Amino acid sequence: MPEESQSPKILYCRCAYAQVVPGDVKDGVLKSLCDSGVAFETVSDLCEMSARQDPRLKSIAEGGPVKIAACHPRAVKWLFHSAGVPLPEGDAVEILNMREESATGITGKLFNRELSQ
Amino acid sequence: MVSDEASPIQVILYEGDGSSAVPPDRRFEIFSALLDRGYAVIRAAKGSYRNGDALPATAVEADRMLVLGDFGGDAPVLEDAGGRTAIETRDIGALDGESVLEMVEKFRDDRPMNQPGAWKPWFPVIDYDRCTNCMQCLSFCLFDVYGVDDDNRIQVQNNDNCKTNCPACSRVCPEVAIMFPKYSGGPINGEPVSEQDLEREKMKVDISALLGGDIYSKLRERSETAKSRFSKERSSDKALDERKKCLIKLQGEGMIPADVLENLPSPEEIQRKAEEAAAKAQAALAAAEGGGG
Repeated sequence: MPEESQSPKILYCRCAYAQVVPGDVKDGVLKSLCDSGVAFETVSDLCEMSARQDPRLKSIAEGGPVKIAACHPRAVKWLFHSAGVPLPEGDAVEILNMREESATGITGKLFNRELSQ
Repeated sequence: MVSDEASPIQVILYEGDGSSAVPPDRRFEIFSALLDRGYAVIRAAKGSYRNGDALPATAVEADRMLVLGDFGGDAPVLEDAGGRTAIETRDIGALDGESVLEMVEKFRDDRPMNQPGAWKPWFPVIDYDRCTNCMQCLSFCLFDVYGVDDDNRIQVQNNDNCKTNCPACSRVCPEVAIMFPKYSGGPINGEPVSEQDLEREKMKVDISALLGGDIYSKLRERSETAKSRFSKERSSDKALDERKKCLIKLQGEGMIPADVLENLPSPEEIQRKAEEAAAKAQAALAAAEGGGG
């Protein structure tokens, strides 16, 4: 897959501090990302970063269009808010729910250049 | 103990100019090993970002950055032009995931870091699209987790005080506005709130009212809350009793871990905390009412 400078940034959350995201889904998504050749960012756990108000969350929130493979969108949205860096409203952010969707479904959306709500 | 270190280390797997691409299987090994130990990792390559930089802005927010790559045995020296981030480089050659993890751990040295498995990020997250600022969570929680901001808006003030695996405050929120993302079930974990959930919450409030008198049902009318919840008609003993009963009931429903109940403060301390929380909530509500909020 070619690297595209205009594509939305990809952020993957490992949810490493609790086992609430199915292992096969988070492994499957990470494997696809590693196989793809695209640039991507990963964090060990957005909840842990939010608890610490990690400054990197600000860069993620303010860094332009982004697709976030993580948890329930309502939780992710308010985790950023809780850290003092709300995600932008509108169509700049797409949150993909690894607790509910399959790895195939998630990766299909991650590699789609379009952002959808 | 939670570490407040802003960002222990930012790890970059660099596969741009001057570095050979890492085979996908090994890339997966490296990412898995580092992520599962609590490290944030970025895969960077030339032309990855809109501004032409090899590294994203996220990376330079870290105090320390470790750039890993297959540099052919000779890791380059890199500096942050802005002088903000200390950058070090390491050649990973053909190392596997565990060996790379060992290298990163050695680099981290003794800088504190929250360890997966040893600590869980457990704290309430408020959905302000749903929250009505009724202060029920503030007056319910005995551990000073909640407070109010300068605009008298409820906020989570002391994350660290929250008792791991205890979602009791979310159970007493009449608007299902409090989430614990690490909780297993919905809607507490952040799943969309359904009509059925709302009906269940209404029933829950009624049950609470049966347990503890009229506190929760009266709380539902915000304009009346400040007048009724803290009225002198309610003795302090009764308030204490309400909390105990509610906590025990929630424990019976599997909502509160036994160790939280076992480690509750003394009755006198609960009494004092409950009064403080009630006063804070009352003051915030009165101020919000006065300000038209």
